[in-house]
Amino acid sequence: MPMKELLLGDEALALGALHAGLTGVYAYPGTPSTEITEYIQSSELARTRKIHCTWSANEKTAMEAALGCSFVGKRALVCMKHVGMNVCADAFVNSGMTGANGGLVIVAADDPSMHSSQNEQDSRFYGKFALIPVFEPSSQQETYDMVRAAFDLSEQYHIPVLIRITTRMAHSRAVVETGEIREQNMLRYPMEELRRQWVLMPGNSRVRYKKLIEDYATLEHEAVGSRFNAYTDAPDHSLGIITTGIAYNYVMENFPDGCPYPLLKIVQYPTPRDLIRRMADSCREILVIEEGQPVVEEALRGILQSPLKIRGRLSGELPRTGELTPDCVRQALGLAPLETHKASEYVVPRPPALCQGCGHRDMYTALTEVVHEMKDAKVFSDIGCYTLGWLAPFHAIDSCVEMGASITMAKGAADSGQHPSIAVIGDSTFTHSGMTGLLDAANANADIVVIISDNLTTGMTGGQDSAGTGRLEKICIGLGVDPDHIRVVIPLPKNREAIKDIIREEIAYHGLSVIIPRRECIQTAKRHAQQRAKELKNKKND
Amino acid sequence: MKRDIILSGVGGQGILSIATVIGKAALALGLYIKQAEVHGMSQRGGDVQSNLRLSSDPILSDLIPHGGADIIISMEPMEALRYLPYLNREGWIITNTEPFVNIPNYPEMEAVTRELEQQPHVVLIDIVAIAHEISSPRSANIVLLGAAAPFLHIEPDKFEEGIRAIFQRKGDEVVQTNIAAFRAGYEYAQNKIRK
Repeated sequence: MPMKELLLGDEALALGALHAGLTGVYAYPGTPSTEITEYIQSSELARTRKIHCTWSANEKTAMEAALGCSFVGKRALVCMKHVGMNVCADAFVNSGMTGANGGLVIVAADDPSMHSSQNEQDSRFYGKFALIPVFEPSSQQETYDMVRAAFDLSEQYHIPVLIRITTRMAHSRAVVETGEIREQNMLRYPMEELRRQWVLMPGNSRVRYKKLIEDYATLEHEAVGSRFNAYTDAPDHSLGIITTGIAYNYVMENFPDGCPYPLLKIVQYPTPRDLIRRMADSCREILVIEEGQPVVEEALRGILQSPLKIRGRLSGELPRTGELTPDCVRQALGLAPLETHKASEYVVPRPPALCQGCGHRDMYTALTEVVHEMKDAKVFSDIGCYTLGWLAPFHAIDSCVEMGASITMAKGAADSGQHPSIAVIGDSTFTHSGMTGLLDAANANADIVVIISDNLTTGMTGGQDSAGTGRLEKICIGLGVDPDHIRVVIPLPKNREAIKDIIREEIAYHGLSVIIPRRECIQTAKRHAQQRAKELKNKKND
Repeated sequence: MKRDIILSGVGGQGILSIATVIGKAALALGLYIKQAEVHGMSQRGGDVQSNLRLSSDPILSDLIPHGGADIIISMEPMEALRYLPYLNREGWIITNTEPFVNIPNYPEMEAVTRELEQQPHVVLIDIVAIAHEISSPRSANIVLLGAAAPFLHIEPDKFEEGIRAIFQRKGDEVVQTNIAAFRAGYEYAQNKIRK
């Protein structure tokens, strides 16, 4: 029975997947994608249907597990933030080569304007790179509807489908009308003629690659005829507008009485070139408005001069970086800005900071005091709450690049003569991508100090389970770290001097050391305390 | 009917629960809603805002344009000023007066207050003091919602229904405290408007 619910874009996507007969969601938390998996984890339907929804160690293991799920005929969803696509790229690109059996949908949540990320990469490039079709919904309702369409397309063409959303879609609520709930697939292995492509030996791959290229052309026809892509003609042909994803909303926001120019709304790729040609044949200029990098605009421009004037992010009508806003789109459309108030001169930036009482604070206080005693100590850090250690008052770190880079960069620097060379990484980031780097460091007995700041959770994204909780020392020993140089401390103000001594000792030791400051994240600790109080109250009432 | 609302504050101050109550009331009235939120890094004590749009007609953009907001509801005075360029000429500011100082270069409070007082349509309210007066110290954000309610073009009883629906699972006491907080804020704003 159709129902109306107020849902985040992420939640609409999750519910759409559940209603499309999902069997497993595989993900590592990452803003702005986290709420997709969390919605499924708290869903009654998922519980009844025993849908797999625990977190994966990283995006690559998630992608591979989902591919296994698809191999046996079930529908699987993989969710990640855009940079997670880099982590799972090997599995993702090759999933285009194997193809899908049960429907396989990958969600990449891009973060233009870098609200919570280190870059603005546009995941649509990955779709083209892997010859995998892409959906880019423009509204929460479309998100819900498209997930099912993506699963259906995936099974029809035996190909994974990428859904690309952006922050404003992921984290914005709207009313969504839900549809029918589909059953899960039965176990069903790949058809005889498709079995070879699951074994990507060169001989099989060469055959498959040709077929993949043929299929990609067919998928473009699908996009041209898609019920989601829309070409709307209008009388004024002095301009034609192409929008992708949520850019459509900003155009229509500025034309409440309807767009006076022909408008092509692209939300399903491969780029439907026939629809663009139709626009080019009848319009004098084309304005391309897309959220993210100028993927379509660049394709339109090509390299050689065209008589058609093309405007967009590359010509400067729209900003080259950052997410779109109704205001910058308004300007690009040549409309006068709305009347407004003057900005206040008193407002100053208020950057985020580590919570008061957070264990990372005590770790950084001790570390920076020791680092200041030494000449040219370098601290290579990583992705997580503790990246905020770069800001005042700590100014504690020299680098933050991508998940796991702290340990390997520290090793590389030490290989070249840097001392002291220190890595700071969180527990969840360590199990995500730090363990293999620690193996490299152990094999070389690298002269580095690795601080695994263990708050027993994945903190920055809101406190999800961390894959190695309770086993970090064993993991380090297993990877070859000398147990005498694995030091566990409790990061509290009263232990500061003791922690400083341990850091000094391990810096003085010329070999690999791991220091684990361990204290629960105060956000999850608060939540756990409330839970316990509630349980106690319920017990009393019984 | 169209109301474009900017909710602002500092991460952890509870602007999303205000948005949830408004959303609940709007949903019950069958209005269209869009509500863009901030999750992730900024929630750690940084500035946060939510764009909440209500309308009897379909809404397209998740974001409110500059000069488009009908009302700014802020848990923090400097954070109210941050979004001035979004407010339309006739728009109202409803803000808490108590600053949240977690940065070393927080501006002179007098200057902030003066600039707020100079705005043509503003309700300044010490929500913590009012919440204490009615013995509901934890409902300060609902006091603020009450103060904003006269400007939202939704009947107050619809908000009270929203409060009941949302706080029901926490027990009757919590529901009553929050309704009292809502009413205290509502009356405060009504008196301000009459003056």
